[in-house]
Amino acid sequence: MTATGKYLRIVLGIAVIAALIVVPMNFNRYGLYILSQWAVMTIAAMGLNLTLGYAGQISLAQGAFVGIGAYAAAIMTTQGMPLIAALAVAIVLCFAIGWILGYPALRVQHHYLAFVTLAFSTLAFLVFRNEDWLTKGIYGISNIPRPNVMGFATNRPLPFYYFCLGSLGIVSLAMWWLIRSPWGRAFVALRENPVRALSLGIDTRRYTLMAFAIGSALGGVAGTLYAPLTQYIDPVPFNLSLSLDLLMMVIVGGSGFFFGPFLGAMIAVLLPEWLRFTQGYYLMLYAVAVMLLLIYSPTGILGILDRYLAERRTKVASALRAVAKSRLETAP
Amino acid sequence: MSNLLDLLVAGLATGAIYALVAVGFTLLWQTSQTINFAQGEFVMLPAFLMLAVMHAGAPFWLAIILGILLSLLLLGLGFKLLLVDPMLRHGVLPLAIATMALAIGMKEAVKQFFSAEASPFPSIVPAGDVSILGRVVSLQSLGVLALAIAVVIGLTALLNRTSIGHQMQATAQNPTVARIIGVPVERMILLTFLINAFLVALASLLITPIYLAKFSSGEVLGQAAFIAAIVGGFNQVRGAIAGGLLIGVVDNLAAAYVSTQYRAAVPLILLIVIILFRPQGLLGRPEERTV
Repeated sequence: MTATGKYLRIVLGIAVIAALIVVPMNFNRYGLYILSQWAVMTIAAMGLNLTLGYAGQISLAQGAFVGIGAYAAAIMTTQGMPLIAALAVAIVLCFAIGWILGYPALRVQHHYLAFVTLAFSTLAFLVFRNEDWLTKGIYGISNIPRPNVMGFATNRPLPFYYFCLGSLGIVSLAMWWLIRSPWGRAFVALRENPVRALSLGIDTRRYTLMAFAIGSALGGVAGTLYAPLTQYIDPVPFNLSLSLDLLMMVIVGGSGFFFGPFLGAMIAVLLPEWLRFTQGYYLMLYAVAVMLLLIYSPTGILGILDRYLAERRTKVASALRAVAKSRLETAP
Repeated sequence: MSNLLDLLVAGLATGAIYALVAVGFTLLWQTSQTINFAQGEFVMLPAFLMLAVMHAGAPFWLAIILGILLSLLLLGLGFKLLLVDPMLRHGVLPLAIATMALAIGMKEAVKQFFSAEASPFPSIVPAGDVSILGRVVSLQSLGVLALAIAVVIGLTALLNRTSIGHQMQATAQNPTVARIIGVPVERMILLTFLINAFLVALASLLITPIYLAKFSSGEVLGQAAFIAAIVGGFNQVRGAIAGGLLIGVVDNLAAAYVSTQYRAAVPLILLIVIILFRPQGLLGRPEERTV
């Protein structure tokens, strides 16, 4: 039973990856743009999922970190530096800022943390908008070049999509490893019961900061992909609503589930395209749907699935137990 | 110096409005652990309800009454029954996130069903200036300040002097014991939601003539109210009042003396400093809940 389940999962995974590679081949420019955006937003949401879903610390600043990454990429690559250098700068910068921003998390309860990160988000937006010498202010930075990856130019939409998809793959593998490492387990211990985690010898201070810093750094990674994707950035996309959108993605998909951000980002990025016929009502419907979902299942769509599977498993187990019991009783 | 006085009066007037919103915010937190991220949108909506009634041909005074009644119904009763009650068992954080979704939904609904443009809104205080001690002060500022102070005094009297107020305090401090000694806890919680709805409707009535009615105006207001509540003390009504007044004054002084670009940053920095060094707020006491 479990072995076939495992194979089924592997086959399903390979099928999805193959579909992600093959199906978009004859997509038009816009379709590829949307799919690339999905990959980028998934990376950012994965970072937030680590902070929120695994370590249990709310952050309303993920959009600001995407902005920091995007500005690092835009400023450095328009100066002729390679994207990989910008990536390194973005990761280090976001990691450091995330670490510092995590300090209030050590002192105050979760809702205060929401306000600290919210304040940071707005402050970052003000810096993007007002520091003209660095960010060109409201005029934005245009003509952001796309990188050459191992000799391949990614100027055209399809190669750039593969570049985003490949980055998503690398980040996913790293995340998969992280969650299964002792660190990942420490993060979960932190979320479930900080006092018990502390008494088990987990340095809760360090792990809280670490969860914040790694999650923020992933926001920066997403940002460095975002800038060459749109090839033009201004402060507007990185305001508070991006942070809220990312939070919704994590929650809708299922916070604390590995595949939650993938699903959440898909819904948030692709659904507006499919629901275009509803015109302006889309966001309203989305907001109502999110509220209904949260009422029904605060752990998101994957939470519903998880609950269903767990129920079925107990049913199967109790059926097996009944069979075994009846056998025992009928045995001579 | 004289300029400073003008700024102080204007700051106190906006601060008094922030205080109304912040008081409602803390009341919800006290009695039912609801962190309402849609509080700013709660202030935005009543003005549009009143405008809608006026568009239907009703006079301004009737629009105010109907607007407040609709707010009580939608933002008080509806909010509690439809969102808070079913969400509360999931904990503080999911409920907070649900209110963020509510904020988005409310903004979009107003944008779609009313207008994306800013609409003018009549003032209940007549325009004009009065001279006090040789200084010219706008009548609107004074009217707003007076009305807000009257409401705050009335609310404080309700909480501290009346039996209902004492029952509400008991509900906030310890719902279980309150229930044992016969306080109708459920009714008290509902009452705080209605008071919050009344306060935001009033704040809407006072602030919209100054900043126009716009679907997105709740963002700034909501942030100001959160900051006021935290700076003053999350678990104290008088803290929220002090915080509101302080943020209003700081906001206005920052607009005059700090660069206009970074004006919005000053209250945020104040917030971060307070959270880091005095998380219970200026007037709050740690780990204690009172109304």
